[in-house]
Amino acid sequence: MNPFLLSAPALVLFAIMMVVPLVMTFILSFNSFGFYTGIEMTLGLHNYIDVLTDSYFYEIFGRTFAIALATTIICAIIGTPQAYFLTRMRPFWRSVMVLVTLGPLLISVVVRTLGWAILLGNNGVINNALMGLGLTNSPFRMMYTSGGIVVALVHVMVPFMVLAVWAALQRQDPATQSAAESLGAKPWTVFRRVVLPQAMPGVLSGSLIVFSLSASAFATPSLIGGRRVKVVATTVYDEFLNTLNWPLGAAIAVILLVAVLVIMISWNRIVERRFAGVFQ
Amino acid sequence: MAYLELDSLTKAFGHTLAVDHFSLNVERGEFVSLLGPSGCGKTTTLQMIAGFEEPTSGTIHLNGRDLSGVPARERGLGIVFQTYALFPHMTVSENVSFGLEMRSIRRRERKARIARALDLVHLSPFASRYPRQLSGGQRQRVALARALVIEPELLLLDEPLSNLDAKLREEMQLELRRIQQEAGVTTLLVTHDQNEAMALSDRIAVMQAGHLVQEAAPFEAYENPSNVFASTFLGKSNSIECRIENGAIVTTAGVRLDCPAGAAHTGAALAALRPERISFVDPGEAILSGTVTERVFLGDQWLFKIDTPIGELLVTRRNAGRSEPDTGSTVHLAWQAEHLRILATGDAA
Repeated sequence: MNPFLLSAPALVLFAIMMVVPLVMTFILSFNSFGFYTGIEMTLGLHNYIDVLTDSYFYEIFGRTFAIALATTIICAIIGTPQAYFLTRMRPFWRSVMVLVTLGPLLISVVVRTLGWAILLGNNGVINNALMGLGLTNSPFRMMYTSGGIVVALVHVMVPFMVLAVWAALQRQDPATQSAAESLGAKPWTVFRRVVLPQAMPGVLSGSLIVFSLSASAFATPSLIGGRRVKVVATTVYDEFLNTLNWPLGAAIAVILLVAVLVIMISWNRIVERRFAGVFQ
Repeated sequence: MAYLELDSLTKAFGHTLAVDHFSLNVERGEFVSLLGPSGCGKTTTLQMIAGFEEPTSGTIHLNGRDLSGVPARERGLGIVFQTYALFPHMTVSENVSFGLEMRSIRRRERKARIARALDLVHLSPFASRYPRQLSGGQRQRVALARALVIEPELLLLDEPLSNLDAKLREEMQLELRRIQQEAGVTTLLVTHDQNEAMALSDRIAVMQAGHLVQEAAPFEAYENPSNVFASTFLGKSNSIECRIENGAIVTTAGVRLDCPAGAAHTGAALAALRPERISFVDPGEAILSGTVTERVFLGDQWLFKIDTPIGELLVTRRNAGRSEPDTGSTVHLAWQAEHLRILATGDAA
């Protein structure tokens, strides 16, 4: 059968659900908006100029990428050893632990995030415990901070990192570890010099997934960050639903999309060049 | 005390004995092969010597040192893995350098030793290549250089040639032998390939189901297999079921054959006869006659399957450019009685 025919259902779905809204958003971003006239079907770059000349938006974009970067780095630091331990486990415990690892993905984002809110709040579990133990007199502010958003994002993003690294670890020949050991390497040296470099493609592709998902995350930042700590996704939401300035929201969304794309593509190229030896 | 001494080495996985009271001595500088089919315990034995598996019982002594409980990284052995296990993210010279770095050897000496090792395996021009840029044979030699550069007390080779194609395998056999002798390193090879074992080693240890079946020089092992398993695993062999009665062989089909001198065995036995020891003769000199049922051309030789009164016999004949009997034709067979090997039955695989 013709391969195009076989993939037709997926292509149609992709075209309707993905391409059409994207194209419409793209067109919308060139329209203009007036408080009394609503959306006007004009074509111009004024929305982009508005965004790119306003330091308010720079701050939001900067915060968004800082949060995404911090989330990515923490996920890599937590997820890589975790994936390595998974590969070294006995099959039974491995399947149990994979389930535990994937746990955060199995819980609804709202429930999970509100769980963090209970933990992180000024009157939350952590602060009450700290004050109860007499370690601090006034609560640490964790809700409505970038740090709180990073913590909650790491929680849900780590599984993606673990899965990506795990896939890379499974591709590597386990005999290379034995070889390093027989040549006199201690366990930590084996990990650092043999396992990790071979797992790097996984770490880096995991980073791509985590970074792009974190940069465009909406639910977690809006619940943990609230009104106070805005990121790009929540700003777009506000423009669309509060200010009703759809064209401006569309322009911000397009800029986010392009920025993430540029970062991903250049990251990918750096990775491929740097780790050419590992990709067979 | 021998240089490498395996004493009743045993490894149990659950209730199965992968290696069962296996003992073997290897002298300094010797090249010994562990030969056997897959699952015979040869790889497990290697893993125990290497330190990747802990023996259930038994001891390993290397150069007078008891290796029990010594971790793999402190045994100082050179190992060439079946998959070569090269570090894909390191160049050839970085691969070779790894073991030297672990030994904290100074940069200048390291460079000299890497150069010497690469020269030994004829890979000097490839020092800065990555493994994926090399052919199978070259990767194999990198693995060898990496194992030899640390000047190991013992070189372990785990099916090193099984991933190469037939032609390259033959070349590498000669190459491996040269390198081993030049380096003068005591070597233990694990293989299921009898040709490889015979071509490379000073001595062959044939393993079957965790046991040592025979331990001999290749020629001796081929000529005088200790049991049916060894005779069929080392090269091709015709096994003729028979009884020994009054110094003569009586096959189950009732045919009487001359017995080799000095065969002490009596009662049920197997007579083993190598296919290349059977020749085609004139009807008058024949011991047996038979019909060719199959004829296979192998280039340097012909392989015949011949239906005879004592059962099907395999015969190989050197291809000397003459025409050979076709299927269906009748041939007359003869051999010298001393080429028959009388083996006890009951321990057959």
